[in-house]
Amino acid sequence: MNPLPPAIIEIRHLTKSYRRGDQIVPVLTNISFDIRSGEFIALMGPSGSGKSTLLNLIAGIDKPDSGSLRVNGIDIATLSEGELADWRAANVGFIFQFYNLMPVLTAFENVELPLLLTRLPRNQRRERVELALAMVGLTDRVEHYPSELSGGQQQRVAIARAFITDPVLLVADEPTGDLDRTSADDILAMLARLNSEMGKTIIMVTHDPHAARSAHLIRHLDKGELDVTLEH
Amino acid sequence: MHFLKLILRNTLRHKLRTGLTVLGLVVAILAFGLLRTVVDAWYAGAEGASSTRLVTRNSISLVFPLPINYQERIRRISGVTGISHASWFGGVYVTEKNFFPQFAVDAKTYFELYPEYLISPGDMKAFRTDRKGCVIGRKLATTYGFKVGDTIPLRGTIYPGAWSFTVRAIYDGAEAGTDTSQFFFHWDYLNETMKKAAARRTDWVGVYVIQIADPDRAAEISTEVDAMFKNSLAETLTETEKAFQLGFVSMTEAIVVAIRIVSFVVIFIILAVMANTMAMTARERITEYATLKALGFGPRFLTGLIYGESLAISLAGALIGIALTFPVADQFSKEMGTLFPVFGVSLDTVYMQVAAAVAVGVVAAVLPAIRVARVPIVEGLRSIG
Repeated sequence: MNPLPPAIIEIRHLTKSYRRGDQIVPVLTNISFDIRSGEFIALMGPSGSGKSTLLNLIAGIDKPDSGSLRVNGIDIATLSEGELADWRAANVGFIFQFYNLMPVLTAFENVELPLLLTRLPRNQRRERVELALAMVGLTDRVEHYPSELSGGQQQRVAIARAFITDPVLLVADEPTGDLDRTSADDILAMLARLNSEMGKTIIMVTHDPHAARSAHLIRHLDKGELDVTLEH
Repeated sequence: MHFLKLILRNTLRHKLRTGLTVLGLVVAILAFGLLRTVVDAWYAGAEGASSTRLVTRNSISLVFPLPINYQERIRRISGVTGISHASWFGGVYVTEKNFFPQFAVDAKTYFELYPEYLISPGDMKAFRTDRKGCVIGRKLATTYGFKVGDTIPLRGTIYPGAWSFTVRAIYDGAEAGTDTSQFFFHWDYLNETMKKAAARRTDWVGVYVIQIADPDRAAEISTEVDAMFKNSLAETLTETEKAFQLGFVSMTEAIVVAIRIVSFVVIFIILAVMANTMAMTARERITEYATLKALGFGPRFLTGLIYGESLAISLAGALIGIALTFPVADQFSKEMGTLFPVFGVSLDTVYMQVAAAVAVGVVAAVLPAIRVARVPIVEGLRSIG
């Protein structure tokens, strides 16, 4: 029997609240759990349960009120804005519900975007981008602008952009929420492949139980607290 | 490279909006340049003044003349190397609308003091030997189509009667700023005519023009001239030619100030338009900026995109506006005839147009750039869909 892989993310007593007018609305309350390297986790829960907030905290685009959030041994809750930006560029790949591609850039240029923050020379960037686009099956759409692509194709470009820098972590917020069933299945299969073949740790927020079934683990959040963990 | 590509493509994203903003900038920069050129034209006389020429006039007012016999007394003052005189004629050519300055001058000495008026020796000789001859500037000749040999009729106002002059010479300016819209004729002819018509108005001149060797002695010589005629029938006021010209400008200072204010108001209005365009742009793209931030791009990159786009729009407008300023100023000058003797777009005006465009581009981007730099990623991403 293989030993369990080490925890890549350690979340301890994480709390987050938002201010709405004079009121403070708690979103996450004392959340603690680990995510192991190579895991594919689905975060589920009703609207307002705090799943997207938790994803944002793990991805380093929001900061907790208290608690610690260690990724690969670094407590990202203590990093400055500039350090967090560098950390995200090196460690996190983002997949959004509405793809969030730059409409004025081609598929190639969109995928190349995160590489501009690295020191890779132009020819190596080109090689990597071509490979990534080939992996998501868009070799023939390299010079197309997002407006010239279907929703599924745009999300595939977004996935290529997410893994182009070879990050340790992929975060996906409702990646199939704007897609038809066939395209959604394509995207889920692609994420599963990134997890199984490239060993990427994936955290996916979803409402869709069908999508959640692609993950190894499903964690439910309700009213800011972790509820049930389903494993399959 | 990607940075510039992003700026360029973002700039062209809303072609109509960008086009209209550029059009507004073109109009503003053109109007600004034209108004600055009008202000420059106002000061052109003073700018073109020589530091070695003094002007002596009646101390009470320019309206009052000076006796002709002052000439020889002034000539004897140490440091004076030449002297001549000029008298404002104020005639009307066909209608009052056709305004151009006319002076009765001492034909023998006047042009020696003004080397910037270029006249061929042959033409000068022809002028000096024809009592009813006149010398006109190139701009005046072009405006009214006058040629050497033509007769120019003038209706006298200060010196009543019908006057007629024959063009004997057309002078060119040695520099671009030289006034070539003037008309000169013999003071002797004027004086002799007045002897018959109004004897008490003879042997008077409007102003003396004094040539001095050393500009540093201008104040000293001016004082000496004025002291010489202290307590006389016609006391004098002597000043440098530049001060004399600025005296004219100061009479219309309010107009110049108004034109200056309007020129800056025009820039302020386009700044407001531009700031609105950039604010709309930044608001619409807040999700894209938040995405770039999430990917690891810092505030410098994002604010650079906004400043770059704002400057690209403002400089495009400036480029077209400046290019159009020259032909429009030319046409304006033609329409104005000889009202502005020197009317040309200066390099300083072009620099000011560029500076105004850069200022508009930078200031318009300040608030959107601050907003984009400060907006939390989560908030920016939430504004999607």
